Amino acid sequence: MAGRGFEPIAIALAAIAGGLVLFSGFVLANGHDPFEVLGVIFEGAFASAFSWQNTLLRAAPLILTGLAVAIPAQVGLVVIGGEGALALGGLAGASLALALSHTGAPAGAVIVLSCAGAMIAGALTQALAGALRAWRGLNETIASLLISYIAIALFNHLVDGPLRDPASLNKPSTAPLPESLMLGSMPGVDLHWGLAVGVVCAVLAQLMVSRTTLGFAMRVAGGNVRAARLVGLPVAALLVTACALGGSMAGLAGAIEVLAVHGSANASLLAGYGYTGILVAFIARQQPLATIPVAVLLGGIAAAGSLLQRRLDLPDATTQVLQGLLFVSILASEALYGRVNWRMRPLALRVGRTAAVEQP
Amino acid sequence: MSGDESAWLTVLAAILGGALRVSTPFLFVSLGETLTERSGRVNLGLEGTLVFGAMSGYAVAFHADSAWAGVLAAGAFGTVFGLVHGLVCSLPRVNDVAFGIALMTLGLGLAFFFGKGYVQPTAPRLPEIALGGWSDSPALQSALQINVLLLIGIACALALAWALRSTRWGLVLRTVGDSANAARALGFPVTAVRTCATAAGGFMAGVGGSFLSLYYPGSWNEALSSGQGVMAVALVIFARWHPMGCVWAALLFGGTGAIGPALQAIGVQQGYHLWNAAPYVLTLFVMVATSSARRSMAGAPGELSLTR
Repeated sequence: MAGRGFEPIAIALAAIAGGLVLFSGFVLANGHDPFEVLGVIFEGAFASAFSWQNTLLRAAPLILTGLAVAIPAQVGLVVIGGEGALALGGLAGASLALALSHTGAPAGAVIVLSCAGAMIAGALTQALAGALRAWRGLNETIASLLISYIAIALFNHLVDGPLRDPASLNKPSTAPLPESLMLGSMPGVDLHWGLAVGVVCAVLAQLMVSRTTLGFAMRVAGGNVRAARLVGLPVAALLVTACALGGSMAGLAGAIEVLAVHGSANASLLAGYGYTGILVAFIARQQPLATIPVAVLLGGIAAAGSLLQRRLDLPDATTQVLQGLLFVSILASEALYGRVNWRMRPLALRVGRTAAVEQP
Repeated sequence: MSGDESAWLTVLAAILGGALRVSTPFLFVSLGETLTERSGRVNLGLEGTLVFGAMSGYAVAFHADSAWAGVLAAGAFGTVFGLVHGLVCSLPRVNDVAFGIALMTLGLGLAFFFGKGYVQPTAPRLPEIALGGWSDSPALQSALQINVLLLIGIACALALAWALRSTRWGLVLRTVGDSANAARALGFPVTAVRTCATAAGGFMAGVGGSFLSLYYPGSWNEALSSGQGVMAVALVIFARWHPMGCVWAALLFGGTGAIGPALQAIGVQQGYHLWNAAPYVLTLFVMVATSSARRSMAGAPGELSLTR
């Protein structure tokens, strides 16, 4: 990753500002006051306890689906199939919880086992893309997207067929989970445990990436495959492991959405968290810990959609336009790295670095 | 037995009809993506371009009361999307795959934003040609209602195949796509060629989108596309980066996608969702079968980030 310390934060902030300026122009061209619109978005996202609750509710799965992209990125893979891993994870979690609820096991154990099953389902879904990459040289981006589509079709087939609760008439669902198995609120706040799980996973992922041998090996393989092979790293196994770890995060997100929000696996699970996770990871520059603030930011923007619609009669797609413009601006800002003349860095250092880069 | 036979005939006719009807957007996006990838770039955001093309094409066709005006407008907006992708990805260090996903988000957002008001009104439809007059089977007759855009798409594929093979312009494009260094040494403007190729790819994707709203399904709504734009990259791999391959790939994908609905029409409900996944399974299978860990895929442009 180019840039350290001050530079990435400054460029990210500049890029977000650029995205907001583009969005303001868009709003202005459509006859609205940009300050009013941005004000309403801020109000709907961060102004009250209620909006914070809405925001964090959305941020919880986004941290996990962001990690689903950020962890494979450590080995240099762009894996974008989080939505499919999330779907199968949610389905596995719901089915396991249902099956185990009849055994009379304690609720805590059932929830933990269901989440573990969901993580395995998600891990297998994404590991397939990594395995195809490692052993057949398939492009992992396309492969993961195709696998995700297949996984979603499988999800629809199972929810609408073998696993369907006959009582769900209009909206095919698995049988509803008993109340006792639902994930409750964290003490003191009206917010389910998913957020805490997400934050813990992000911290663990960051520790894994920057403080363990496995993480170091992954980053070496991601930086230069040939060098990694030369020093004897098992590159193929690293690729598959990174994809599996990422997929397990998306699967966990699916299980938490089922156990905390929906109460059964159905089409509401496919709310696009897997796709927004790609955005989260890229804005976070693939740093696991950075997915937390980014997920909160994007969760907030999405949470503001309904207020925007009620207050200003703007389509809820407005927030998607804002997301798109932010994404465009942030990715285009990659071009700025190493080009801006930061006053805090001595000139000699910059010349030295450029010279080092120029040498083959 | 004869009841069974006619049922299967209905299914086959429905699959054929589905292939001919559904394949047009596949054909246009894959031709556009072929053009882009032959220049050495990947535009993963054609889904956004496609959906925005569908929306803008429908809106313009409604206001101008002309379906063809809608097609051209969709192509023009698609060109803008392609141009943005082409120009921004010419900047150093900008990842073309990720930027495509960004443009997809933006295109979908813009289409849904402006499309709110066009769910209700009815725009004129594109014309079609009846080729099934010789048959007395109504199923076959309806299957052979060919839309004009499909014929234009096939003509485009032929023209593109010829141009890539036998014109100076095609040689420049292929050189830029296979080796940027060789192209630079020969004095070809690498960045300009890639930007133009991406813009032209956007035009094709926009036109493909207009087909969705102006012919089949023939109206604008937010769930219009079933991922044809996302599939473009897979189709191009399937077609081995060859325009005529795109025609066959599009027909095949359209046909497999029509199996589920066709079976449903004769009362076979099982596996409806699984049949929907058939094109994806097929693509994945072809990708696995044609790639190798040791070399990049046969027929792939050398500069393509996707196959390295």
